[in-house]
Parts: sequence; structure tokens; C-alpha cells
Amino acid sequence: MPTSLSGFGEFYVFVLAAFLGYQLITHVPPLLHTPLMAATNAIDAITVVGAIAAAGSGHGLLASILGCAAVASAMSNVVGGFLITDRMLSMFRRGEAASSNGKQERSK
Amino acid sequence: MNDLWVQVAYLVASVLFVLGIRSLTKPDTARRGMQLAAVGMLIAVVGTLLLHEIVDYRWIMVGLIVGALLGYPMGMWVPMTAMPQRIALSHLFGSLAASLVGIAEYNTAMHVQHEPIASARMAALGLEVLFGSLTVTGSFMACGKLQGFVTERSVTYRGQNTVNISLFTLAVLMFVYLVVEPGAETVFYAMVVLATVLGVMMVLPIGGADMPVVLSLLNSYTGLSAAATGFALHNNVLIITGALDGASGFLLSVLMCKAMNRSFTNVLFGAFGAEVTAPTGAGAETAKLAVKSISVEDAAMQLAYARLVIIAPGYGMAVAQCQHEVRELSELIERRGGEVKFAIHPVAGRMPGHMNVLLAEVDIPYERLYGMEDINPEFSRADVALVIGANDVVNPAARNEPGSPIYGMPILDVDQAKSVIVLKRSMNPGFAGIENHLFYEAKTFMLFGNAKDSVAKLVAEIKNV
Repeated sequence: MPTSLSGFGEFYVFVLAAFLGYQLITHVPPLLHTPLMAATNAIDAITVVGAIAAAGSGHGLLASILGCAAVASAMSNVVGGFLITDRMLSMFRRGEAASSNGKQERSK
Repeated sequence: MNDLWVQVAYLVASVLFVLGIRSLTKPDTARRGMQLAAVGMLIAVVGTLLLHEIVDYRWIMVGLIVGALLGYPMGMWVPMTAMPQRIALSHLFGSLAASLVGIAEYNTAMHVQHEPIASARMAALGLEVLFGSLTVTGSFMACGKLQGFVTERSVTYRGQNTVNISLFTLAVLMFVYLVVEPGAETVFYAMVVLATVLGVMMVLPIGGADMPVVLSLLNSYTGLSAAATGFALHNNVLIITGALDGASGFLLSVLMCKAMNRSFTNVLFGAFGAEVTAPTGAGAETAKLAVKSISVEDAAMQLAYARLVIIAPGYGMAVAQCQHEVRELSELIERRGGEVKFAIHPVAGRMPGHMNVLLAEVDIPYERLYGMEDINPEFSRADVALVIGANDVVNPAARNEPGSPIYGMPILDVDQAKSVIVLKRSMNPGFAGIENHLFYEAKTFMLFGNAKDSVAKLVAEIKNV
């Protein structure tokens, strides 16, 4: 592909991924909309990858500091985002599981 | 050779992210799927650390450690009631990371590599910092409104829309100028500053009840800025993830707007609070009507002997933090042979799905949580509809008063139940400032007081029945 059009391949990826995302997320029930938001936030923290490259490429102090702050911001979403999504999803239980859990709590 | 493996790592991560999102279509598979997505993230991060252009690990390690230390409490200690502001905060961090990467990239190209920036790359960098910085301050304001350190009311002033649209146009013009003239450093930084100002100005007029739309929209912007980062860095995993996130946020905002029967433009520029200045004569009309309050004993009696009780929770339940009492109440009714279902309006609370998380937290099985379409036909069968801290989403004016600002909004048909009990702190109108005629209907009984106390008293009373 000529270099002037190399960006077009990336645009394909973007459009197809957006389309895929739209299709998948249409099927997420409203029940899980809050975990969905937390989950997309967590995976969106993949910007940490770009931040790592900025912080560690030896492009001078300013780039390193900006990169370092970006790594910290993104990493807080990686750790916090996946933890809170897991915490939320662990709460959604079916009838039997939930009521037995409730009983345990009461008998304590 | 090494870099090929990094690309493989990114591909694996992308696939795992897509599978993670797909797993969220079913509550039973969701947890496992998202754990796989977390593994994908780990693979991507480790892969990146192996990139040949990384020469210095000190700053990276500092960032990773600080981030992990910040993230742990944000993941483990934040209570479920504070979820909306927690999500706003994570939008802030996500878009901050993208903006900082964009600024670092621009600065490196200008002053370290001294290479001319191609217009296409500049467009990507420009969008990255534009969406990024706008989302940073926008999310900060949203977080402030939800947490209460910025007023929750919509803040409006004369000519607000003109100011906002001018700022927006100016930012777009700067962006276009930069694409043509990437070396214009002053314009670049001016655009960053302008975008941060725009973020504040855009969220200022939006009131608390519209927060579900704003949070979804900010979610979408965060995704778009991540995708733009991917374009700037030629990194497909960023593009894919950003696109997924952008699509998710966009779809959620559309769903939220539909659930309020409003358009994007109306939410963003409508300033709901200001629009509602007294639906004419409503005050005088309702002054003549009287509400019936009910004693705890009578309410408990109704609930104890009901065959089907439908509970409609709203933001008031989150504020009063009475989910545990509500669970106790529902279990008590069930032990006496009644059936309890929960009716969840899409915009009940301050973010999409807020109520579901609160109720799931107290071990209410998710099969009992019904969406609006599923539960509405059931109300006519219900003996009692119990409204806890919800107002606009149960206001029949949305159905039968064409003059009402919320006319056309889909609502929970609680007024179809044989009897309605509303738990409410006082007779102040709901967030939108609209009178709720449900409260004046013959079959509606008001139980005034703090929702937590009221539900606790109901529980104690039903035990005595």
C-alpha cells in the first residue's frame, strides 16, 4: 500500500471495530449497563500502552514526565476498572444462589 | 522479531477484549469473560514493555506503581451508591492519559525529533487532545455534580448556548488550522486550553437527572480519544478498544435519551431546569388537591396481605442507602406468600443500570429485576406498587399531559396497580421540578419520612402482623 494511504487500513479497523462494538453492546441487557460502563472504561485504559511508549522512549525529560503521569492515570483505570467490574459482576446472582447467600448472612 | 511478538500480544488482547464485552450479554458468563479481558490487558502491557524502542524503565515503573496504588482503592473501596461519580472519575483518568500522551507526542515530534508532522498524524493528535481535554474537565464537573462539590442544579445564564457554540466552533477552527499547519505550536496549546474550558461549560447547564446521558456521552468521548491515540501511534489495539468504547458510550447515550424521550441536542443545550419554569397554572391547580398520607401500620397491612408487590426504586433509594432494608422487606413479603418484583426504569438513578447494581449488591436475585417493557404489563395485576425515592419516572403526566415537559417519556405504569404507596421525604417536587399527579390520585397513599426509616418501620410492623 502506498504510504499516503497506509492510514486507510487503520480506518477500516476502526469502522469494523465500532460496528462490532455496536452489535455486541445492543445485546447487553440493561441489567448490566453499569458493569458495562465500568468494563469499557477498564479496557479503554489500554492507552497505558501508548503512555508506556511515551514514558520510556528516552525522548527527553518533558516527554518522560508527561508519559509517567499518563501511565499512572491509565494504570489506575486498569487496576481500579477491572477490580470494580469484577466486584459488581460477582454480585449478580441467580435466585437459588442469592437466597442461600442471604440465609448465610442472616444466620451469622 | 521481538516487535512481531508485541503485535501478536496486541492481537490476543484485542480478541480477549471483544470476548469480554460479548460475555456481558449474559450475567452468568460476564464475570469469567471480564477476567479474561483483564488477562488480555496484562498481555498487552507486558508485550509493550518488550518493545525495542523502550530504553528507560524508571518513569514507566513509577507510573505503573502510582497508578496501581491509586486504582486499588478506586476498585475495592468505593461503595456501590457512589458508582456514578466513580465512573465519572475513571472517564477523567482515561481521557487524561490520552491527552497527556497526545501532548507528549506532539512535543517530541516538534522538539526532539525535529521532523515535520504529517497532516494525517496531526489530525489524529488533534482529535486525541481535543476529545481528551474536553472529557477531562467535563468528567471532573460531572463527578463534582454527582459527589456534591459542584451544584447539582443546572447552571444557566443568558446567551449560554451562543457562548458554548462559539467556543466549540473556535476549537474546531483551530483543529482545522493545525491540520493544515501542524507546526503552529501556540495554536496547539491554545486548543488544549480551549477544550478544557469547553468541557466545563458544556456540563455546567446539565442537571443531575440528565447525568445518565452525560456519563454515557463522556464514555464515548473517552473511547474516541483512545481511538485517536491509536491512529496517532499506528497502534491497532488502541483503535479497536477505542472504537468499542466509543460505540458503547454512544449506544448507551442513545438509549438514555430514548428513555427520557429527548434528543441529544435537547439534553446538551436544552438546560432542562430552566425550560420548566412553571407549567402554567400547575401550582394553583395542585394547591386545591390534597394528598393522603398513610400510617406505617396501614401500609404494612397492605403489603403483608398483597399477592403481588412491585417495587419501583429511584435515586432516592440510593441517597437514603436503604437497599438492605428493601431486601429485608421483600424477603418478608415473600415468606408470607406474596410475590415481589422490582421495576427498573432505564434512567432511574444517576447512571445506566445504577439501580440494578444497588439491588444486586444486597443479594436480590437478578431475575426479580425487571426492565420497563417487561414489568409494565404486570402493574395491573399488582396489589401494591411501592415507589421508593422515584418521581419523574412514575409521573403519569408523561402519558396524558401534552403540555408537560416530560410528556412522551416512557414511564413505569405504577398507577395501574390496585394501590400505590409512595415513600417520600416531603412534598417537594422531583428533580425536574414537575408536579406529580400520581401523588393526588385516589389510590395513592404517601408515607412521608426518610426512606431508610420508613422501610425499616414497615419491616418491623409486618413482622407483627
